[in-house]
Amino acid sequence: MTNTGQYILETDGLTKEFKGFTAVDNVDLRVQRHQIHALIGPNGAGKTTVFNLLTKFLIPTRGSIKYNGEDITHIKSAEIARKGVIRSFQISAVFPHMTARENVRVALQRKLGTSFHFWRSVKSLSGLNDRADELLTMVGLERFSDSQVADMSYGRKRALEIATTLAMEPELMLLDEPTQGMGREDVELVTELIRKVSANRTILMVEHNLSVVSRLCDTITVLQRGAVLTEGNYQEVSADPRVKEAYMGKAA
Amino acid sequence: MNTKIGYLIAIALLLVAPFAIYPVFLMKLLCFALFASAFNLILGYGGLLSFGHAAFFGGAAYVTGHALKVWGLPTELGILVGTAIAGVLGLAIGLLAIRRQGIYFAMITLAMAQMVYFFFISADFTGGENGLQGVPRGTALGFIDLQDNLNMYYFVLAIFALGYFIISRAVNSPFGQILSAIRDNEDRATSLGYDVDRYKLLAFVLSATLAGLAGSTKTVVFQLASLTDAHWHMSGEVVLMTLLGGLGTIVGPAVGAGIIVTLQNYLASGPLGAWVPVVLGIIFVICVLAFRRGVVGELREMLRKSF
Repeated sequence: MTNTGQYILETDGLTKEFKGFTAVDNVDLRVQRHQIHALIGPNGAGKTTVFNLLTKFLIPTRGSIKYNGEDITHIKSAEIARKGVIRSFQISAVFPHMTARENVRVALQRKLGTSFHFWRSVKSLSGLNDRADELLTMVGLERFSDSQVADMSYGRKRALEIATTLAMEPELMLLDEPTQGMGREDVELVTELIRKVSANRTILMVEHNLSVVSRLCDTITVLQRGAVLTEGNYQEVSADPRVKEAYMGKAA
Repeated sequence: MNTKIGYLIAIALLLVAPFAIYPVFLMKLLCFALFASAFNLILGYGGLLSFGHAAFFGGAAYVTGHALKVWGLPTELGILVGTAIAGVLGLAIGLLAIRRQGIYFAMITLAMAQMVYFFFISADFTGGENGLQGVPRGTALGFIDLQDNLNMYYFVLAIFALGYFIISRAVNSPFGQILSAIRDNEDRATSLGYDVDRYKLLAFVLSATLAGLAGSTKTVVFQLASLTDAHWHMSGEVVLMTLLGGLGTIVGPAVGAGIIVTLQNYLASGPLGAWVPVVLGIIFVICVLAFRRGVVGELREMLRKSF
């Protein structure tokens, strides 16, 4: 099982220490290609910190990160994104003062190589509109392409965020609580959407909603106090008494 | 379509204005309108509050003054040299300041601008407290006498139009899209693969360069570059103009500049002459408390709601 080709992302002894407090403790994470992998754990277990380390929004204290066999421990956030690792954020990450189509286009336009061209008209981007609308259709937002994003509902903002992420054609998507704060209908919608977009790519997600996790995820890693408690598929993990304890406290 | 008609009317008005209003006053207005519009590029569209734009305005003013008076360069070239130096200064200050945000960004730009100011006080070529006086206006294109106020006015109007066009194009360009994305959500822009600092730096340099163009032009109009141009009061005034007119709207800062310059001019000759800073301060407070979007921003919002 040491064949590196099988894993798209590997961390070795990943550690983050803040002053006198270890937020992430010696985490060895192996994410298999083309799987949906969940990172769960009680509040404060360090899930989001792991995401921030993987995408270099935080700098690891120790340990290494490999993506497709390449060491990316010392590479900056924007470059990691260009390598095909795209993350989402806990709160919806959209550009509220732009239209939905413009939001998606921001992700598409980098490939044109004109993003520094301040003398060129914005009309030079209209060649990307078809692709942008295609992506919006994919997430069910075809009617909203000209809407100002600030006026859209929360569920639609999250859908837009996924469309924007897809525009980057990521190999690995990191989703930070994609269904957080949603009503049940929106949860269903987003769950289906994630399943749909997971074809031919790998997804690592932090998720609290265990029913979503059970339906979507192939592998689950449970974090507790910054360290890996256990790993396995849903049946294995949910049967583990230590996991129940971590969530509920020690049984009386 | 409506904006096109609006621009045509504005151009027509600007073309006939010097026959009704004193041209030197109009030229002053245009210079500050350009200055505020350039400033808006970094504050309104880049989301960064620079408190050191006087360094670019004043720096370019001195360089152009020196180039025209001592080196005897043609007017256009003198303005170009001043503008270019402002751009270089913008790059130097920007490289240092852009790593920080919010109050720290404002502090760094202010500190750097103060250093530039003290350099101008102690340097010989600036004429110290007296300023650089008697800068020749020269000719435009080698044959249009700029000593004539009407000719000078159209020369300044052309420069303003050029600067204004560059700014509005930059806002509505592929670069402008990324800039608004960064202003809206910097982390997300990073996670889509953009090195946000580089985009902010370009916006800052553009803003500094065009602020320099305004400063250089002002020197030619008044045949004078003085410490006032580089003083931090100037940095504060441009913030006020931009906020009053409407942050992040294309025409807002020019309108704001118009209001402030007009007020200054009329108040200075009236009984409130000594109270100009107080009046401006009161306006600023009212603006921040009551209509935060600025004149143009509020108008736009009213239009949006009523249709």
